This record gives sequence, C-alpha cells and structure tokens, in this order.
Amino acid sequence: MANIQETRSWTTRRDHKRKQLKSVAELTKGRIIPMANIVAVLEKLIASGDKVALEGNNQKQASFLSMALAELDAVKVHGLHMIMSAIARPEHLDIFEKGIAQKLDFSFAGAQSLRMAQMIEDGLIEVGAIHTYLELYARLFVDLTPNIALVAADKADANGNLYTGPNTEETPAIIEATAFRDGIVIVQVNEIVDELPRVDIPGSWVDFVVEADKPYQLEALFTRDPRSITEIQILMAMMTLRGIYERHEVISLNHGVGFNTAAIELLLPTYGKSLGLKGKICRNWALNPHPTLIPAIESGWVESVHCFGGEVGMEKYIAARPDVFFTGRDGSMRSNRAFCQMAGQYAVDLFIGSTLQMDADGNSSTVTLGRLAGFGGAPNMGHDPGGRRHGTPAWLNMITGDSAIQRGKKLVVQVVETFQQGNKSVFVESLDAIEVAHAAKLPIAPVMIYGDDVTHVVTEEGIAYLYKARSLDERREALAAIAGVTTLGMDISHKQRDALRENGLVALPEDLGVKRTEAKRSLLAAKSIDELVAWSGGLYTPPAKFRSW
Amino acid sequence: METLTFNYKGTKKLPQRAHVGVVGSGDLEVLLEPAEDVSEVVVRTRFDGYGPIWQEIMDRFFAVHDIKAKIEINDFGATPGMVSMRLLQAVEVSYDEQNEK
Repeated sequence: MANIQETRSWTTRRDHKRKQLKSVAELTKGRIIPMANIVAVLEKLIASGDKVALEGNNQKQASFLSMALAELDAVKVHGLHMIMSAIARPEHLDIFEKGIAQKLDFSFAGAQSLRMAQMIEDGLIEVGAIHTYLELYARLFVDLTPNIALVAADKADANGNLYTGPNTEETPAIIEATAFRDGIVIVQVNEIVDELPRVDIPGSWVDFVVEADKPYQLEALFTRDPRSITEIQILMAMMTLRGIYERHEVISLNHGVGFNTAAIELLLPTYGKSLGLKGKICRNWALNPHPTLIPAIESGWVESVHCFGGEVGMEKYIAARPDVFFTGRDGSMRSNRAFCQMAGQYAVDLFIGSTLQMDADGNSSTVTLGRLAGFGGAPNMGHDPGGRRHGTPAWLNMITGDSAIQRGKKLVVQVVETFQQGNKSVFVESLDAIEVAHAAKLPIAPVMIYGDDVTHVVTEEGIAYLYKARSLDERREALAAIAGVTTLGMDISHKQRDALRENGLVALPEDLGVKRTEAKRSLLAAKSIDELVAWSGGLYTPPAKFRSW
Repeated sequence: METLTFNYKGTKKLPQRAHVGVVGSGDLEVLLEPAEDVSEVVVRTRFDGYGPIWQEIMDRFFAVHDIKAKIEINDFGATPGMVSMRLLQAVEVSYDEQNEK
C-alpha cells in the first residue's frame, strides 16, 4: 500500500509560528516587546491576509495595540481579516481605510456605527457577519481561529502570566483559541510586575507582552444615572414587576442596559418590597455590575451576580461583597464574557431589554438606516435555547399545551415606549435592518431578537403576553393592542383590546393592580448617583462624568 | 407654538378637578375639570404639526373614558405615550379624590 501521506506536513502552523517568532528575536527581550518596537514587531509577526483577533471588547479596549496596528505599512501588511467583538475606536476603522485590513467579522459597533455604515456602503469593509457574542467566540474554535491575537490585560510578569482583574471579559476566550492552534498571542499590559495579585491567564498561553504607554481604554458603559429615569419608565417597571416577575416567579435573570431596566432595579427595595416579593424573585443575576443594583443588593434581594465585565467605579464595592459577586483570592472580581453570555443564554429564567424598532410580528433590531450598530449580547440572552433541559418555575410556567411531552421557555421580554423622543414610532411596518442588509450586501437582515422568541412586550399602555397567542394573527393583535397611537396600534379597536384582556393576552395597568398615579420618581430607591454612593456606604466611586459635586 | 381644540360628547359626570404633570422638557401638564355639557380639550404645544396624533390620542381616550370634562393641556414635547399616561393619571386622581371623601 502506498503511503500517500508521506509528503504532507502536519505541523505547518507550528513551523510558521516558529519562523515568525525567530524573525523578531532581535526586536524582543524574551517575552517582552519593548514599547518602541511594537510596530516593527507587528509588521514581522503579522502576514498579509492573516486572521487577527483584536480586543475590540465591550468595556475594555486594547487601545495601544490597535493604534500600533493602524501604523503598519499597508504595503507590507494588508488584507487582514479582523475578528472583533466590538468596533469601538476610530483606528478600528482606520485600518480598513488604510487597506491594512479588508474583511471584518464582528458583533457590535456602538460608537462607530455611523462611520461603519458609510464605509461598508463605500466598499471599504467587507463584512462577514454581524454575530452574537457567543457565536463569534464559538467560531474562534471552528472556522475563525486567529493567527494573531492582540489583547489587553492589567498586569503581566516576566513569564507572560497575566492578571486581568475585574475586566477579564473575553480575553481568555480569544487567547485560548489562538494559543492552542499555534497562533501568536500578544498582550498589552498597563504594567509589568514581579508578582501578580493572581494569575488569570497562564504565561504558557502567551507569546509576548508589551507595556503600554497608557492604561488600556476602559469605559463605564453600564452606569445609568437615576436622575434620567422618567415616570413612564417607572410605570413600565411596575407593570413588569407585577405582570411578569411576580406572575411567573422570575428568580434568575439578565437585564439589558437602559433606563427601563435601571428603573426595575431601583423599584425592588421599594415597590417590590411592598408587594412582598423579596426573596421570591430576582435572586440570581447574569449581569454587569450595574450601580443601580446596589440598593437591591444592600436590602438583601440579591444572592449572586456573575458579570460579563467590570464597571468603572464599582471595584471597591464588589470586592467588599464576595458573597454576591465572583471574586478571586486577591479580592477583586473575576468576570468572563463568554461564560456570562452562556449563563444568560442557558441558565436564566428571563432576559429583558429594549430596542429601537419592532415590527408587527415582534421582530426587533437596533440597526437602523445609516447606523450599523450591531447588538452584542442581547441576541444570546434574548432567545429561547431549545437545548435547555432544567426546569424552573418561570420556565415551566411558559408551557401552554397539554401533551405528554412539553418543554418550557425562557422569558424574553422587550420593554419599549411606543414613541421615542422626537415622536418616532418604535413600531414600524418594516425594520430598517432589511434595507441595511441590502446596502451592506449581508445575506440576512440583522435582526436583534426574532419575534418568535419574544414572550412578552411591555409598553406604557400595557403588557402583551405573546407566548399565549395561538396563531400569528393573535400575536399581532396582542402586540397592536399595546402599541398606542402608532400606525400598528390604530389597527385595533378598543373592543378587540377588551377581548384580548379577557383572554389574558393583554393586561393594562388596571388589570395588574398598578396605579398610574403611583408611578412617581419618589418610588425609586435612589434618585441620583449620589444616593447610590450613599447606599454603597461610600464604596462605589463613580467616574467624574457621573458626579454632580 | 400651536393651539389645538377638540370636542367630544361625553356622558359621565367627572367627580373632581385634577391636575397632574409639569411643564418641563419631555413632559406636560394636564388640568381636568368637570364640565356641564360637552367635553372640550384645549392643547397648547410647543411643537407644531402633530395635530393628527393629538386627535388620535383624544379619540382613543374618549372612546374608553366617556366623561364630560374640560381638559387643558400644556405640552413641552411629551411623547404620545407620556400624554396618554398623564391623561389617565388625571382621571385616576379625579376618581380617587372622590373616593377619599
């Protein structure tokens, strides 16, 4: 028998890596890249067309490395395929303008969403797909394994061991995928020290560390100032507590970021308590450390919180509450976006969030014309994972049929005011996402949460219990019944609405025992950032932009 | 600045006068008073051109709450959702104060 495999090498990736590492021996000192050599080193280590995972995270950004990447000579290095969960900084797009990068697989574009949309239209960026976070991390281990990882950590030692501290986020997932298939891992750190507070990522997974001139960029993305919470948001929060959390016994949950959910968090110690719900709902959270959760934690509502990432100003508070938060031996928090997304996808009773647009079938998206924002984590948590097997009261409560084989459902709740400021209707005939997909040549419209996953929609008018609908028509009617004076809402008469109320598909505040006149700001456990600081006993130290003194 | 007027033929007598909301950004003030005959709504809004939406809000309000009332609204850019909520709050206040007597 002929040995046809004789000519094939099984170590091409390893051999390539060895060659690349050798080529920078003169420019590096062991594991350490001197700051001044970073551009020269990257030009040698990165080959044109490489898959490069750049962090590109949610709260933290490998800003030193992204700026270095943008300085590469596009004649030497070009056509890179970037894998980034978040497009957050100008140079994340500069690299495409300069031709250093060509293709992009990503999740979220937040601050750069306008420029992003324009560049795609101009053909400067070729988009692979807009992923959910978990989906993007998953592909790192399948068909998007990086050749190069450019990530950020707080501290490293000379052996390349890393301390990521409270903002671990997605660093371990990116490094694991790269390191174990002979990619090259380069980490920017705020400082190189002799001894780390704890080891979050072992040095044997890391090829190089570089001490950055400035600490990595870190944004407080999950701080909502209670001053901006409106009475309409308080009304919707009261309805949600009564009509969803209490009714279905929601014990574990994720809250999207926004004032609607901040209002719910701040009503637990006041309104929630008056309903006798303490200990019965909202005990276990998959959640970033929202400062607005402090009053509920301090009043004993919260058993546990696992976090995707950290939040600027919450470090000391978290370190002082290790019974609640996941913390390391050094006392500081351990976050992990991949695990927390998984928790939010599989292990919580409820996800609740908001959107910019929703169609008559309950499909929603934050991608609007001229703004390619993407959506990050919401779609992971905002869907019902069919593979789930464990029952909880809320999950089982979603069963509507009576056959011998049944499965429950995750509660996926969307809270929206029927009109945004400027009298823009949230309910639209057709999502902008469809047109955006055409313009950006995406194979599918970037829908954030699919209508068939949505179990409840809350507006200032009431709650639509979509999971109870027996047909698509009935779903549409239930949604229209709470759509107010939007075009969708005008489709339905108040008699039809009363019939839906009778059948339990729609509930108005009066059906839930919620008085509109009680929806007052005085009901919030904290009405300002200062009051959150007071609740924390001074442990929460908000960043300057949130301070009013 | 625009002033809009709407008329409805209500039947139920409104128990009490009520005042909710404030004239602040994104909010509005609603004054509700019992009327003898028909209902009249006067809307003063800082934002012109939303007549049809005001009409729809009022039509729906009176379809459910068949009251005889004089309603005065001073709007400072409230969303339609906020307008409906304040109207319904005013009705709640009017009936509540009656019950407390």
